[in-house]
Formats: sequence, C-alpha cells, structure tokens
Amino acid sequence: MRWSARVSGAAFGAALLLGLLAALTEAVELTFELPDNAKECFFQEITKNTTSTLEFQVVTGGHYDVDVILEAPNKEVLYRKVKTQFDSHTFTATMDGVYSACFSNEFSTFSHKLVYMDFSVGDEPALPGIGEHTTVITQMESSAQEIHKSLNSVADYQTHHRLREAQGRKRAEDLNSRVLTWSICETVAVVICAIGQVLVLRNFFTERRPFTQFN
Amino acid sequence: MNTLAKILALVLVICVKLATPLYFHIGETERKCFIEEIPDETQVIGNYKVQLYDPRTGGFMPSSPGIGMHVEVKDPEDKTILSRVYSSEGRFTFTSHTPGEHVICLYSNSTKWFSGTQLRVHLDIQVGEHAIDYANIAQKEKLSELQLRVRQLLDQVEQITKEQNYQRYREERFRQTSESTNQRVLWWSLSQTCVLLAMGAWQMKHLKSFFEAKKLV
Repeated sequence: MRWSARVSGAAFGAALLLGLLAALTEAVELTFELPDNAKECFFQEITKNTTSTLEFQVVTGGHYDVDVILEAPNKEVLYRKVKTQFDSHTFTATMDGVYSACFSNEFSTFSHKLVYMDFSVGDEPALPGIGEHTTVITQMESSAQEIHKSLNSVADYQTHHRLREAQGRKRAEDLNSRVLTWSICETVAVVICAIGQVLVLRNFFTERRPFTQFN
Repeated sequence: MNTLAKILALVLVICVKLATPLYFHIGETERKCFIEEIPDETQVIGNYKVQLYDPRTGGFMPSSPGIGMHVEVKDPEDKTILSRVYSSEGRFTFTSHTPGEHVICLYSNSTKWFSGTQLRVHLDIQVGEHAIDYANIAQKEKLSELQLRVRQLLDQVEQITKEQNYQRYREERFRQTSESTNQRVLWWSLSQTCVLLAMGAWQMKHLKSFFEAKKLV
C-alpha cells in the first residue's frame, strides 16, 4: 500500500514536472492583416535565458515591406528593421518579463499588408514519457528523434514555400482582375472619346457664326 | 515523495498563471481576424483568454467572467463554418473540409456603440499535428515511448503529405490564373484594335454624311 502510494506520488510528480515544462514552451504562428497607418503589437512573457525566435514575412500588399521592432521589458530595442520583407531573428532573453514584437505599416498611405509572424519561445516540448528515461537513449529512439527534427525542418520549409507561393499567386490574381477592369475601362473610354469628338465637331459647325476655315 | 509532489504542484500552479501564450490588445468593439491557409481535413485548435482593463489598478483584471468572446470561422468560399459565443476563457476547434484560406475572427460581445475599454486577448492557435495531444493518446492506447514517437512521426508525415497535395492544388490554380490573364490580354488587344478601327470608320462615315447634309463638302 505504501509502495503503491509512493509510486503514484512519484508518477504524479513526474507528470506535473512535464506539465510544467510544457507550460514554459510556446510557439505561435499567426497571419494577420495590417491596415495602412496601423501598428500591431504582440506581447509574450519570456523567462531569463530562454532562446526565442521571431520570424516574419509579408505575404501581400504594396511593396511587401513592414517595419519591425522587438523590445525587451526595459524598453531596450533588441532588434529593429525598417521596410523589410522577411527575416528571422533568434535571441536569448537576458531578463524575465514581457517582450513585445511590433509591426508597423505607418509609412504606407493606402496599401494594407498581410503579415505572417512566428514567435516561438523555448524548445519544443518533449513527448510525454520520453523525459523520464534521460539516462539511456537507445539507438532506435535517437534515430527517431533525428527523423523528428528533420520532419520539423521539412514542415518549416513547406511553410516558407507556401508563403512565397501565396505571394506570387495573389499577385497573379490581382493582375488578372486588373487586366479585365482596365480593358473594359479603356474600351468605354475609347467609345466615349470617339462619340465626344464627333459631337464637338458637329457643335463647331452648327453655331450661328460660321467658321471661315476648317480646323 | 508527497511533499515533493506538493511543491511541484504549487510551482506548476504558479507557472501556469505566469506562462501565458502570446497576447495582444484590442478595443472592446474591435474585430480581429487571423488567416490560416490549411489543406483539407486538418484540425485547428485555438486557446484564448480575455482580460478586461481595470482602470482602478491601471492593469488588467486576472479574470473577467462577464465578457463573452464571439468566434467566427469562415472557409475559403466565405461560408461560416463556426460562429459561437464563448465565455471569457476557452478553446474552439474546427476541421477544414475544403483546402484554402480560413479566416478566424474574434470580437467581444459588447453592446457598446463606441470603442469602450481595452481588452487583452491571449491567443494560441495550433494547426494539424501540433493540435494532437500525445499525452492523451499515450494514456488511452497504452503506447510505449517508441510507439508514441513513431505515432508522432506518422502524424507529421501525414500532415506533410496533405500540405504537398495542397501545394499541387494551389499551383494548378496559379497556372489557371496565369493562363486566364494570358487569354484576357490577347482578347483585349484584338478587341481594342477592332473597336478603334470601328470607331474610326464610324466617325468618318458620320462626319461625311454630316458635312454633305450641311452642303460643305
């Protein structure tokens, strides 16, 4: 009875520890729209000595550029980029507190941007159960871990590829609708000009004061 | 062992309160939308928490049960697939049935007309294999570590395959759009030339008959 209580206590403790670890690692990727003359800030609470990465890419809008500022809790600027299309910045937190990543489109007057952002804090949480046997890792387990890391990078490359493709595709769709609008407008303009010219010319010759010479 | 468990529990409780996911501020009447471009049959789980600004302390109240959060999810064809009002803290989940851009919009169910106080929204959106809870699966199906790891790898590979398939579908759409633009430009230039020639001919004919009627020609 005592032994089983001990085991359950240990299991509970281990589960809590793992839950604790899971609670300290976050990775959020968001794609949001940044209207013109707007600034959007995202805040994340980071503990000291945690390696974090901020990654962003502008998907659509204008010249595909945005201003980025990453600030520490004491308002110290850790990273600043002006009119950049995409970048990735890894940093280690030197103090506990709330770090902020701000994206600004204040320099643009009419183009709103679609921005992809990935703010990941800490390492990926380990699978439940793996953390308990940290002393001996079999070759099978370490190979599986390698495969997992490679698949993570494959997924990462896929995300970047998807963003680039989305950029190209939206540009193409934009161009397509613009060509249609432009061709209709131009045809209408040509017709109006032609009819207008004839009407104006007719007007010259129907006035009471006759012109003595042709234009 | 029991005291250790108690200490760990205490630390965990403290850390759960401190370890908050990403947060941002919105006005009470403001609407914030996020776009997720996902393949079909992909599960998306969103965890959120809303805090109301407390003017007395100048900070945000730790929990504000009065506010409700309206979550609206639209699929690529602009059809609403989820539209519900949740409490101030909770999670929403949906599975995509068509590949493409899904728009997740959040706004509070405040009835004010003008922008009221600020709201702090903690948000965490997990897509695909990140949305799977492996602890739950390990417990339910009684899998060993290696089996769980293999299950994770299988899920990852499945998600990668779905994404590749979606990539093929998107490339097809891109190609169709480009070919349509090509066609449109060709037709436009031909019709534009025809319209110009027709207008020119009509102008000449009309003016000739006009001047003949005026006895100037």
